[in-house]
Amino acid sequence: MEWSILQQYGPSLLKGFGNTVLCWALGTVFGMALGLVIALIQRYAPRWVTWIVQAYIEVIRGTPFLVQLFVLYYGGPLVGLRLDALPAGLLGLTIYGSPYFAEIFRSGFRAVPLGQIEAARAIGMSELNIVRRILLPLGLVSALPALVNFSIILTKETVILSIITVPELLYQVQRMSAETFRYLEANLVLALFFWGLVEAISRVGHRMEARITKHLIERT
Amino acid sequence: MLAASSVEIRKVNKYYGDFQALKDIDLSILPGKVTCLIGPSGSGKSTLLRCINFLEEYDSGEVRIDGQLIGYDAPGKRMPGRKLREMRRSIGMVFQQFNLWPHMTARENVAEGLIRVRGMSKSEAERRAAEALAKVGLADKMANHPSRLSGGQQQRVAIARAIAMEPKLMLFDEPTSALDPELVGEVLNVMKTLAGEGMTMVVVTHEMGFAAHVADQVVFMEKGELVGVDSPDRILHHPEDARIQSFLRTYHERNSF
Repeated sequence: MEWSILQQYGPSLLKGFGNTVLCWALGTVFGMALGLVIALIQRYAPRWVTWIVQAYIEVIRGTPFLVQLFVLYYGGPLVGLRLDALPAGLLGLTIYGSPYFAEIFRSGFRAVPLGQIEAARAIGMSELNIVRRILLPLGLVSALPALVNFSIILTKETVILSIITVPELLYQVQRMSAETFRYLEANLVLALFFWGLVEAISRVGHRMEARITKHLIERT
Repeated sequence: MLAASSVEIRKVNKYYGDFQALKDIDLSILPGKVTCLIGPSGSGKSTLLRCINFLEEYDSGEVRIDGQLIGYDAPGKRMPGRKLREMRRSIGMVFQQFNLWPHMTARENVAEGLIRVRGMSKSEAERRAAEALAKVGLADKMANHPSRLSGGQQQRVAIARAIAMEPKLMLFDEPTSALDPELVGEVLNVMKTLAGEGMTMVVVTHEMGFAAHVADQVVFMEKGELVGVDSPDRILHHPEDARIQSFLRTYHERNSF
């Protein structure tokens, strides 16, 4: 083992890690937002719209992220969509994650008892208020563990962005190992960075869960 | 004395696929009176009740609240959502499973409709909510979430949530069926108080004692049909129809020991 190379490559590794976290965070936030919109469309839109949305879900879930990125980055310019590597990567992550997030939100909404929605309808609440005040807060409680789980899966999907030259962590690690032939050290560093990130996300997730379920614990 | 609504139900039919849940129902509910719907489970009582505020869409016939058709602008033509919500504002509903919102305190549950539907300020809504909760005997439980309340307390919060909106008509869908026997009384007492104030009430219930003592009119339903409509005494003590006699016999057998 030769750890001294870390001194030399430390700054570029940290920069790569910074990009990884950035891509993950923004991709997750946008992917979740798009997923939420999709889940709401599926619940409220006319049937023909839900069919289109369902087709989108099937296509994105049915194809590898790698292929989607290639199509977006190298195929995009053919239809006038010319993006730099980082924005293309972000858009790719957003699209890739959205159908999974949509399904998680859908299951969360289904877990809200119909009676609680009917109670809101019975006093004359508008559907918009029902979504904001009842469906979302209650659906989120059941959806949160799965949302955190899929966000964790997404951290590791960010490495695929390296193939379209997004300078994220794997990209930097590959450069380092190609230049020094220290493949093992480089990849162990990569693993450590990801482990730390996932650990942090999981802790934040648990804390959020404890917070929003505080009042829902049944009296024993 | 409250402003109380009347309900006119004419030739109402309701289908679930091939199954006919309501068959040509005709019923008048007078303002300020208490009507109890009784009958075996699956007889269509709850379905009929839910047609009154259009939570259940009837397929044909008319349900009129104070003369105004609910759910439809004309036969077969659905009413716009805004207009339906407007009508529902003055119809309170209490459910078998309480259906309180678990992420809100008792007071927030009651204030929610006042803020979102009646457009009140938060402080005004909370003041009204406190009043409504005091009226059902829960002034000391306002800050509790539903998970920290007994079934009977939850149902009283649900009643407070409905009456805070100042409805002119209250619908109760088996309000005590999910409660432990010792908690039934506290809910029925609140309902009796409301009846005494002249609220129009339609109550689906298996509490024959409540029907006998509080109702002005008892309706017996079976298999989607209205079998009998009469005074509590005539239906519960001197029923002429064999189906009512058989239902009451079963009821008495089960409740005697």
